[in-house]
Amino acid sequence: MAYKIVKKKVLNPQIFLMEVEAPLIAKKAEPGQFIILRIDEYGERVPFTIADFDREKGTVTIIVQIVGKTTKDLAEVEEGAALLDFAGPLGMPTPLEGLKKVAVIGGGLGTAIAYPQAKKLHSLGADVTVITGFRNKDLIILEDELKAVSNKLIVATDDGSNGNQGFVTDMLKKEIESGERYDEVIAIGPLVMMKFVCKLTEQYDIPTTVSMNPVMIDGTGMCGGCRVTVGGETKFACVDGPDFDGHKIDWDSAMKRGRMFADYEKRSCEEGHCRIGRTNKEDQKYA
Amino acid sequence: MPNMRSDKNPMPEQCPNVRNKNFLEVTTGYTEEMAVDEAKRCLNCKTRPCMQGCPVSVKIPEFIAYIAEGEFEKAYQKIKETNALPAVCGRVCPQEKQCESKCVRGIKQESVGIGRLERFVADWHMKNVEDKIEVPEPNGKKVAVVGSGPSGLTVAGDLAKRGYKVTVFEAFHTAGGVLMYGIPEFRLPKDIVQKEIDNLRAMGVDIQTDVIIGKTIMVDELLDEMGYDAVYIGSGAGLPSFMGLEGESLNGVYSANEFLTRINLMKGYKFPEYDTPVYVGKNVAVLGGGNVAMDAARSAKRLGAENVYIVYRRGKEELPARAEEVHHAEEEGIIFKLLQNPTKFIGNEDGWVTQMEVIHMELGEPDASGRRRPVPVEGSEEVLDIDTVVVAIGQTPNPLIRKTTKGLDTNSHGCIIADEETGKTSKEHVYAGGDVVTGAATVILAMGAGKAAAEAIDKELNA
Repeated sequence: MAYKIVKKKVLNPQIFLMEVEAPLIAKKAEPGQFIILRIDEYGERVPFTIADFDREKGTVTIIVQIVGKTTKDLAEVEEGAALLDFAGPLGMPTPLEGLKKVAVIGGGLGTAIAYPQAKKLHSLGADVTVITGFRNKDLIILEDELKAVSNKLIVATDDGSNGNQGFVTDMLKKEIESGERYDEVIAIGPLVMMKFVCKLTEQYDIPTTVSMNPVMIDGTGMCGGCRVTVGGETKFACVDGPDFDGHKIDWDSAMKRGRMFADYEKRSCEEGHCRIGRTNKEDQKYA
Repeated sequence: MPNMRSDKNPMPEQCPNVRNKNFLEVTTGYTEEMAVDEAKRCLNCKTRPCMQGCPVSVKIPEFIAYIAEGEFEKAYQKIKETNALPAVCGRVCPQEKQCESKCVRGIKQESVGIGRLERFVADWHMKNVEDKIEVPEPNGKKVAVVGSGPSGLTVAGDLAKRGYKVTVFEAFHTAGGVLMYGIPEFRLPKDIVQKEIDNLRAMGVDIQTDVIIGKTIMVDELLDEMGYDAVYIGSGAGLPSFMGLEGESLNGVYSANEFLTRINLMKGYKFPEYDTPVYVGKNVAVLGGGNVAMDAARSAKRLGAENVYIVYRRGKEELPARAEEVHHAEEEGIIFKLLQNPTKFIGNEDGWVTQMEVIHMELGEPDASGRRRPVPVEGSEEVLDIDTVVVAIGQTPNPLIRKTTKGLDTNSHGCIIADEETGKTSKEHVYAGGDVVTGAATVILAMGAGKAAAEAIDKELNA
């Protein structure tokens, strides 16, 4: 199979967007679900959360941050080219019905994943506050898109370069202390960010949903690599999640599991299969 | 006069200390001379007891008689009458529990090497004869097959031959199911499986990879919106069981599915040429005693582990793996820690497993399965230094289909309930077979179920 990239757009130096032709997935996709892709015969299977979908056009959008071998290689695949595999939608959709006032928190790339949740909540008539955080103002993404689907948008930067210095947790705390009463907080971003959002909301007793993105292979419950400890029980992020009750996650174990293949990732980047100057067609010939 | 040699012609194979460092096939197969000599050991019994031991009733004495005459292609065609995948079955069937267990020669001596002969003719055919694929006349009916493992491939082949338009849906990016992701290259070369799949495609079977039935498309959509006249579910037993022990989420603890999929399907043994890594430490413990455990242990050895242990709670007699796999594993230096059961995993500050505690067991009274129940010996705990664990204690069917398909009855183990003779489920026009019905079993049983279901589907749709 081949899945054509109909649009590619650079959002900041480390983050880009890809809109991919995948009509069967676009027909079923819901916020919170993910896809698994493989660039070519040599590629890993890597999960990416669905950032947007267009049922009529039959496309699914993913937003990718360059962090390792696969994402670096993916950045080299241009608009008009195709990915070898693109499967989904996987995981359970985030339950959003019935929520009246929600704070959606996105940290860095997590902002991209928080976007479809905010969009759906907004369309369901909920009062949506979006809080996003970035290291500096050059890394800010999706500001206009988020403004369009929220009642209030707060963008924070670690260094204050956009004029609003602080972490997302500082912003959330300020909102809660100023009297905002949220039914639920949805937090998506780096594990450490989600952990601290949960610590904060626990104090105020606000139910908090987080989106886990561990290493996995199949995404259908087969490998068990994506084990997450939730409330003392082992869950598979791919089929039981990826969303879980953030107050029940064993963050310490999740962070340690996240580092299992770190050394290999480094090696793969240094001496791994080089795709520069090659097309998928050539790869298939050698497969 | 039959050849009265008392033992089987030995199987040529790579030397244990060479092969435990490579992923090439362990056994290299009989030569023509060996095959003819072995075939002559068959007494051609009138009662054909061997056939009763075969789940797909291969006409064993007949194909062996052809080998004895040097008519290898005729022997191949004879097997193909009832078995779609002889090259696979000759390699992975537990012959000692099936055909060969019934062989009259086996009563006092060694049975005829039926599996080795089956493999020989399949390989001979593949090497010497170009398959002429005939595309059958279409009969205008459409059948969807869920899963492209041994059971799904059998249904697809049998129905395509009768003119059905068959579409096979596979969740992974490669067709073949457990033959591709589970069984390692050194036991079942992937080219062999690929050849069978290519032949099905040439016959007109449409294989759609990257489609997860129960997620991408629902079973009801196949029947109601996409115009399929029947659906066969052969999605296997892909959900790994864990033991629920302390420390099971530590880094370095894999399910056998993850470990083997990384190696086989993702070609992790060729990292970094291929992007998917597979971590293997110095001391590896594989938990379980089946074929999957043997595959995992032997793969770990090949990836450079110094000590590889099979930790199994019963004794050697009870090991469920094929006899040949146990024998090969022993030859390759796998250490068997029998009558031992893990009780917990111990990790370091970084979250990596460093030790495993086991308790020694003894065999008590027989349990429901007829095997003697292992009972822990109090105070016999022992700690083993290990840095990798592969949990290979079994798999159950994936719940994605049963959770999304109304009217499809399943049992308490999550297996689809299907009629043994026909594969018919509680849902109209839906059939099922293989591991999704039986729980994890063998390739040949899955193929047998597929064969029966193809027959029943044909009967229903042509009524």
